[in-house]
Amino acid sequence: MEFKHKTPLLDQLETGPWPSFVTDIKQEAESRKKNEKNIEYQIPVDCCEDLLGVLELSYVHKRTHWKHGGIVGVFGYGGGVIGRYCDQPEMFPGVAHFHTLRVNQPAGHFYTTEYLEKLCDLWERRGSGLTNMHGSTGDIIFLGTTTEQLEEIFYEMTHNLDQDLGGSGSNLRTPSDCMGESMCEFACYDTQALCYDLTMEYQDELHRPAFPYKFKFKFDGCPNCCVASIARADLSFIGIWRDDIRIDQEAVKAYVGGELVPNAGAHAGRDWGKFDIQKEVIDLCPTKCMRWDGEKLEINNPECTRCMHCINVMPRALRIGNDRGVCLLAGAKAPILHGAQMSTLIVPFMKVEEPYDEIKELIEKLWDWWMEEGLNRERLGELMKRQGFQKLLEVTGLKPIPQMIQEPRSNPYIFWKEEEVPGGFKRDIKEFRKYHQR
Amino acid sequence: MAFISSGYDPENPLKDRITDIGPRKGSEFYPPIIKKNKGKWLYHEILEPGIIKRVAESGDELYTIRAGGCRLMSVSLIREIISIADKYCDGYVRWTTRNNVEFMVDSKEKAMSLKEDLLSRKQPGGCYKFPIGGTGAGITNIVHTQGWIHCHTPATDASGTVKATLDVLFDDFTNMKLPAKLRISMACCLNMCGAVHCSDIAILGYHRKPPMIDHEYIDKLCEIPLAIAACPTGAIKPAKVELEDGTTVKSVAVNEERCMFCGNCYTMCPSMPLADTEGDGIVLLAGGKISNRITAPKFSKVVVAFIPNETPRWPTMTETIKKMVDTYAADARKYERFGDWAERIGWEKFFEKTGLEFTHHLIDDFRDPAYYTWRQTTQFKFT
Repeated sequence: MEFKHKTPLLDQLETGPWPSFVTDIKQEAESRKKNEKNIEYQIPVDCCEDLLGVLELSYVHKRTHWKHGGIVGVFGYGGGVIGRYCDQPEMFPGVAHFHTLRVNQPAGHFYTTEYLEKLCDLWERRGSGLTNMHGSTGDIIFLGTTTEQLEEIFYEMTHNLDQDLGGSGSNLRTPSDCMGESMCEFACYDTQALCYDLTMEYQDELHRPAFPYKFKFKFDGCPNCCVASIARADLSFIGIWRDDIRIDQEAVKAYVGGELVPNAGAHAGRDWGKFDIQKEVIDLCPTKCMRWDGEKLEINNPECTRCMHCINVMPRALRIGNDRGVCLLAGAKAPILHGAQMSTLIVPFMKVEEPYDEIKELIEKLWDWWMEEGLNRERLGELMKRQGFQKLLEVTGLKPIPQMIQEPRSNPYIFWKEEEVPGGFKRDIKEFRKYHQR
Repeated sequence: MAFISSGYDPENPLKDRITDIGPRKGSEFYPPIIKKNKGKWLYHEILEPGIIKRVAESGDELYTIRAGGCRLMSVSLIREIISIADKYCDGYVRWTTRNNVEFMVDSKEKAMSLKEDLLSRKQPGGCYKFPIGGTGAGITNIVHTQGWIHCHTPATDASGTVKATLDVLFDDFTNMKLPAKLRISMACCLNMCGAVHCSDIAILGYHRKPPMIDHEYIDKLCEIPLAIAACPTGAIKPAKVELEDGTTVKSVAVNEERCMFCGNCYTMCPSMPLADTEGDGIVLLAGGKISNRITAPKFSKVVVAFIPNETPRWPTMTETIKKMVDTYAADARKYERFGDWAERIGWEKFFEKTGLEFTHHLIDDFRDPAYYTWRQTTQFKFT
């Protein structure tokens, strides 16, 4: 099909084995042009063609052609819509106004086709027909519509799809989770239930920006951390257990004997030789808390730091413990502004039980502190660094424990508080001088 | 193109308004086998790249087929996914956290016929629509950001760099022959919507020229104090500037030596754009991870300070990445993640083995953490 703009550079991305986004956009452009279903498109029919045109121009200039966002949104919400305008509207009128909507994804990114179909119908008619499945934070992203359509889309979404927008701006960003108990035997708590509950509990914080900056919750079911909560979330929920790893000795023998495939088959593409439990499990254990005598596998559980390696290698022989809960870490963020941070452990273990009051109490204490003291565009992790861990302990009431640190401080510059030092800070210089001449 | 109302009344926006209803509950979209066995899964096994068998305590078996794809997805393609899910999966489908589509079926036979069907679907240029893989000791889909397709701050494109990289590394997507899994992530500026800073290999778009200042408009478009406060290095100060027509306006001055090109000023103020054809390009980082397996999570380190934006396929970038992956694949021990390998052999050996050039740009000079990355021991290797 002949399109509005020639795209010789982008066309070079239509070959090779990996799926081509260029081909896919062209497919949508063609579908809109033909309009075999007689859809009454509510935004320019040629928006996909103009999107290819403006992208081609960026491939020539090696610079973006999107303007700085604009303040658009739906009534009563301060997030969920990102304004986007093209800086060459005369050349590409179809994408002159091309706003993004963030649609709060269902937990675990599970869908029925019936629901997906409705999403497609809505977005084909009222938007560009282009999406991200999914955006970095986890939302379904609707990529490109006009200002007039925003309220219409929101109305249809809330009335016909029972579906709300996600977060953007200085608010609670759309929480996201791993597949958790839905499909994974490593999950130490129901990530999807907790994610959904907190998302519902904090709808106001999600839609109406009242924070110094963004705030992210992410829920990982185990220390393998498939949603990268430790790197990305202001509050990272990572599932762990505190009792013993369950061992099926017969299955261990079956791994050693070669009847079971180690690593759940993850290394099957190369000949790494016969499975060697001593070399591949026992010796790689970071705390060296395991022993194999040829007959029996022993784990000295109090020494175990639950790194998941042995369980990942022998999932049919070793299983997570039964006394499960969540480990809470706070303060991760990407490098902007003062360098990247990972989350820091603040609560080693908490049971995850509805209605999750203990978790909510902690969240709210952290938010109270951050909303009171946080500077404009300061993430929680930066506030923790600026005001210090002692302050975090003070505002949360958490008890200091060695699990919170990698090592004690190496400088003695302790900010002693007056009440910690007998007699306080007020002293009489005259009394002092009676014994110490000037 | 006649306007069709949804029922929304602009005169009365609060009429029948529904708000704060949140997302659909994921559990209403679970396939029956997941509803029944949730929290009671016994073990999983990767039968072949991309196909995982999951066995529940009940004895039920679930087979998932993982197909890579673009996160930028048209409704036409989603409708194709819908038709596949209707045909093979009773109308259920899911996506993974790394933008793969995952089809779920209840028998190996169905999994195999679905596999055959998926691999037979190609785009007109010959690209697979649904390449199968992304499991175990290999690479999976590259998570990424918007790039030139839809963002105002990128220093490179996201979809294009990812497509070019995955074409080059395709073999490692459909195979499981690396020492451990290798996670590649892409962010088109250091705002890092994609939070790539803990990836085995990170592709990052970066600016290298200080912002230009649109003196005529800055005071009309921006809150100047916010732009000044936004600078993490204090490089921006207020200034009075005389325009060509002789009028004096309030503006800012940038101490260019202090600029680290983060673009935070531009985020606060559209009159300070940074984008530049020669200035912008790619930084490569390596050796990060997020899993707690064996070693603690770690940050990725900058291993290539700059690669120009070579549209449309970024050959220098993809060749450099390929070289890193191949060296790692040949040299690392089983289970060793990229960063664990680099730390074991030593970063000096990393540069020797990969042939990447070590330049002064790679030595940290940004604040306190820099010191902790310098070497305070005589233990090193000659290269």
